[in-house]
Amino acid sequence: MKLAIKLAFRNLIGAGLRTWLNVIVLSFSFVIIIWIKGVMAGWDYQAKTDMTNYEIGGGQYWQETYDPYDPLTLDISNAKIPSELETEIEAGNMEPVLIVPGNIFPQGRMQAVSIKGIRPEQTLLKLPTEKLDTVTDAIPAIIGMLMANNSRLKIGDRVTIRWRDANGTFDAAELLITAIFSSNVPSAEAGQVYIPLERLQQMTLLEGHATVLTFSDPEATRPEIAGWKLRTKADLTYQVDEMIKTKSVGQSVLYGILLLLAMLAIFDTQVLSIFRRQKEIGTYIALGYTRGEVVGLFTVEGTMHAVLAAIAATIYGLPLLLWQAKVGWTMPIDTSDFGMAMAQTLYPKYTVGLVVSTVLLVTITTAIVSYLPSRKIAKMNPTEALRGKLQ
Amino acid sequence: MEIIQIKNLIKRFPMGKGEFTALRGIDLSFGKGEFAGLIGPSGSGKTTLLNIIGSLDVPTEGQVTVLDKSIGHLSTKEAAQLRKESMGFIFQSYNLLQVHTVYENVEFPLLLLKLNGTERKKMVMAALEWVGLTDKVKSKPPQLSGGECQRVAIARAMVKRPSLVLADEPTANLDAANSHNILRTMETLNSELKTTFIFATHDDKVINYLHRKIFLLDGRVDKEEIVTETKTAAS
Repeated sequence: MKLAIKLAFRNLIGAGLRTWLNVIVLSFSFVIIIWIKGVMAGWDYQAKTDMTNYEIGGGQYWQETYDPYDPLTLDISNAKIPSELETEIEAGNMEPVLIVPGNIFPQGRMQAVSIKGIRPEQTLLKLPTEKLDTVTDAIPAIIGMLMANNSRLKIGDRVTIRWRDANGTFDAAELLITAIFSSNVPSAEAGQVYIPLERLQQMTLLEGHATVLTFSDPEATRPEIAGWKLRTKADLTYQVDEMIKTKSVGQSVLYGILLLLAMLAIFDTQVLSIFRRQKEIGTYIALGYTRGEVVGLFTVEGTMHAVLAAIAATIYGLPLLLWQAKVGWTMPIDTSDFGMAMAQTLYPKYTVGLVVSTVLLVTITTAIVSYLPSRKIAKMNPTEALRGKLQ
Repeated sequence: MEIIQIKNLIKRFPMGKGEFTALRGIDLSFGKGEFAGLIGPSGSGKTTLLNIIGSLDVPTEGQVTVLDKSIGHLSTKEAAQLRKESMGFIFQSYNLLQVHTVYENVEFPLLLLKLNGTERKKMVMAALEWVGLTDKVKSKPPQLSGGECQRVAIARAMVKRPSLVLADEPTANLDAANSHNILRTMETLNSELKTTFIFATHDDKVINYLHRKIFLLDGRVDKEEIVTETKTAAS
């Protein structure tokens, strides 16, 4: 094997431009596959991080009837905060959020919203809830950028809000927008109005009630609590995983085509090589190689394109990929309308696993593609090969 | 001491729907240190015989024993092992590895024998000294003349000090001066190292150097001559 590698290297270097053309094409595949996969991994990481920071924390307990996709049951989806969780809430490791349906009337238009009650002093989520601790005659409220854009609200604006209390009675008050945040998480922004928890509980006559209990530690073992459903972080980010999986399939087609082009070049080179180097093949056999060993030599030679391509990709691709990871890839269109957690600028994230799996994928594919035409050597007659006679 | 024994060797090749008989009952033997040649016109079977002796082909019928190994009964691996350890080949068109340097070409058989670097270097330089090419170690075949290429091929065939060297029309692509130069080199190596040389040729320049001449005609041994005084000795 060592000898085959040595000879293959000499042969490849000796082949000059032909080798380097293949190597460059193959190295493009390396760089682009790693970049695409890196963007996907970066998106996955960013989406989950933003969701963790702004919405789901380390997981949640949902009141058993709560269904974020069913606004008709939202007003009954709350319950008394379980007493066994109070210590954790006091310590700031769990955050109760009460969610009730309501309407706001910006510029005289009516807009359905989810009113979320959250403690202003909380630090579990990165929401600027400290801005809810504002002394004002109106109800202090924070909203996301997406909501602000849709309703054309800005900091300092006042807007009427209407809700129903636990008895079904409608009431209304004035909100004062005290902060606007940007989270990249549409579900934390679109149609969401955050106000102080106690205030909402008083407004709805739901003192001590919550809809969702968000906790910080995703690793801790969570007990089952009657009337509440446990949603782990994995459950809550399931949709992101599914979306990225779907997108990855689409991207795989792209790098599949790239790889196919590179493999065609390698296959073509191998076929041509075996066709043109029959005398050389005969010589190897005359000097003491078996035909199987010559097949091995040509396979190693073809596979070495991938090794050289990996080196070439490291030389020009590494700085390029690192630069991309630093400046990110800004999406050409507004991602806030995508309806899923996606930043405007995606920062590719390269892991050792990603790089190793890509190198292995390309190298193994190259080895197979190199081996297929090389099998012809095993059927060659050495005496005719020595004369360079076409077989 | 006989190192090659050939008994009733018949070789047939498929041709269209029938067969072509290239060798028709050859009986020959070669001793250690011989400088012999298979002489004959095209189609007489000399290259076929040389290929069978070199374990690159197998007999259809008959018995060929080379260095105590029966060629017809060797596996591909055993045949490769025999060539690797005990045989050197010299071809009409040199068959050098074009992208390798002179040094690397000569070193190749030693790499197959898995000798260590120091030993390889010593043997390669010695072989290049025999053929007078120590100043061309870094050159590649396309940079060499035909004569120089064939000298590299001789060095490659001789570097592992094989028991047997098989040369198929070694001077066919060379001019007279280069041919004599090459042949003198081979004759010297034959006498100094006691390596058996067997040529397949119809070139008079080679024939004049041979110590034993085996004339083939239509796949049979036509006649045989033992020469006591060669051209070199005469000149």
